[in-house]
Amino acid sequence: MIAAGIDCGAKNTKTVIMKDGKIMGKGIVFTGFDQESAINGSLDAALKDAGITKDAVEKWGGTGSGKKSIQGATEVNDIKAMAKGGSYFFPKTRTVADVGAEEGRAVKVDENGNAVDFAINEKCAAGAGAFVEAMARALEVTIEEMGSLCLQSDKTIPINAQCVIFAESEVVGLIHAKTSKPDISRAIHDAIASRVVSMIRRIGVNEDIVLMGGVGYNPGFKDAMARELGVTVYVPERPEFSMAVGAAVVAAGA
Amino acid sequence: MPEEKEELWRWTESNWKDPDLKWQDAKFITVGIDVGSVSSQACIMADGQIFAYANMRTGSDSPNSARNALNYALEGADMAEDKIDYCIGTGYGRVNVPFADRSITEIACHARGANFIYGNQIRTVLDVGGQDIKAIRCDDKGRVTNFLMNDKCAAGTGRGMEVFSDLLGVSINEVGDRSFQFKGEEPEAVSSTCVVYAKSEATGLLRKGWTTEEVLASYCKAMAERIYSLVERVGVVPEFCITGGMAKNRGVIDRLMSKIGLDAAKTKWDTQIAGAAGAALFGYALCRKGKGRKK
Repeated sequence: MIAAGIDCGAKNTKTVIMKDGKIMGKGIVFTGFDQESAINGSLDAALKDAGITKDAVEKWGGTGSGKKSIQGATEVNDIKAMAKGGSYFFPKTRTVADVGAEEGRAVKVDENGNAVDFAINEKCAAGAGAFVEAMARALEVTIEEMGSLCLQSDKTIPINAQCVIFAESEVVGLIHAKTSKPDISRAIHDAIASRVVSMIRRIGVNEDIVLMGGVGYNPGFKDAMARELGVTVYVPERPEFSMAVGAAVVAAGA
Repeated sequence: MPEEKEELWRWTESNWKDPDLKWQDAKFITVGIDVGSVSSQACIMADGQIFAYANMRTGSDSPNSARNALNYALEGADMAEDKIDYCIGTGYGRVNVPFADRSITEIACHARGANFIYGNQIRTVLDVGGQDIKAIRCDDKGRVTNFLMNDKCAAGTGRGMEVFSDLLGVSINEVGDRSFQFKGEEPEAVSSTCVVYAKSEATGLLRKGWTTEEVLASYCKAMAERIYSLVERVGVVPEFCITGGMAKNRGVIDRLMSKIGLDAAKTKWDTQIAGAAGAALFGYALCRKGKGRKK
């Protein structure tokens, strides 16, 4: 059985093609303002990667903020997609966290990969990827650079401001005070990790947390989160596709 | 060639003195220094009357900002620093005013300053500063009876407005007027509370064809709603006045006042000096009680 999972997010649209629970192909494109063309674009890329045509796909699952634009697909709610996606990669996990560009979410899952509780922050950028982006801009480095810079530091500098806007001024203050870029990077990662962690604590922390979303590529963030929680943080090989995988898994079982 | 970007969000720094006031006749010269997160003020008083003041942008370190504001005020006043009998620091950087005799919280200073610059009929003071909003209830002596504060989130603060002024390329001084220059019905308020999200929302609205004025109207309305929710919790008792830089932005203030259903009190003074004026008044009171600087 071949199933496709499409995750149409605020920033990127991701598609995976799965055959009998194995990933065959993946495609990702920038969402932009035209969700439909992003959906088709990522689907075409995934089909090409899998070496099949659209007709071969038997089941369709759609998730993400643009799921309504995915025609003919089973609508999979984001929390369910997260839970299923996280358990697909790490069946033993009981907590799945996802830090997207504009929202942060944490889901508690049971042994069957079903969501039993969740917490979400979509009101404040302080707990979302937007925080890291804004800080990288203030520091004049790319997000990738900032993630590795952070690992060169062993200093703890608190960022007192909760708000991204205020934290930006604080970072500028640190730059003026001639604080090194690695030390500032670490301070930034510790700050966002503590905001994400306080959200995770609302649903209870269990061992072995799975971190999804593009922020999973950031070793600095993963490191800061593990430090803050005192547990192992697992990141799927391609963390940005986890929700699409979850959608495909749900669709295949429907 | 790279284009020099004009910083439209920057408001102009200024200093002022009262040409008719004979400070030489005064018994006590007291100074209040309000080091805020975005702006710093120095207010020089001669026997409890405002003689001179300066309003500047806060730099990256508080002691320097406090020093610069004082120097600028003294320069405008043509006064030597050794004439000062007492100096009080207030505001977010109040503990970093090295030359101050003591520090007093900005809540107390704003209430006291508002009582002076607006008059003793004031019972509710709203201070919208660079990085916080304070709603203060006070008595006829300008003593604080209750207050509420938001200093965690940029929504509704001066810094949030600066971000929008920068995004839309509209000078901070023109934001208020421009926000009323739309055709037809007033647009709905921007729905995101968070300034970072409101920025993306505004970019989307511009792309949808909204004019700059419509986006400004929509954001000013959102700011007014945000501020209103804080003011409402502390309770509005007339007369009501507004201090801080936002008092100069009618785009937000007119919308806020129509929500409250009152008129805000008016003053001839710069609304940004309330905190510094309050601090100088506390200094004057101490001097009169003989609790001034030991000579």
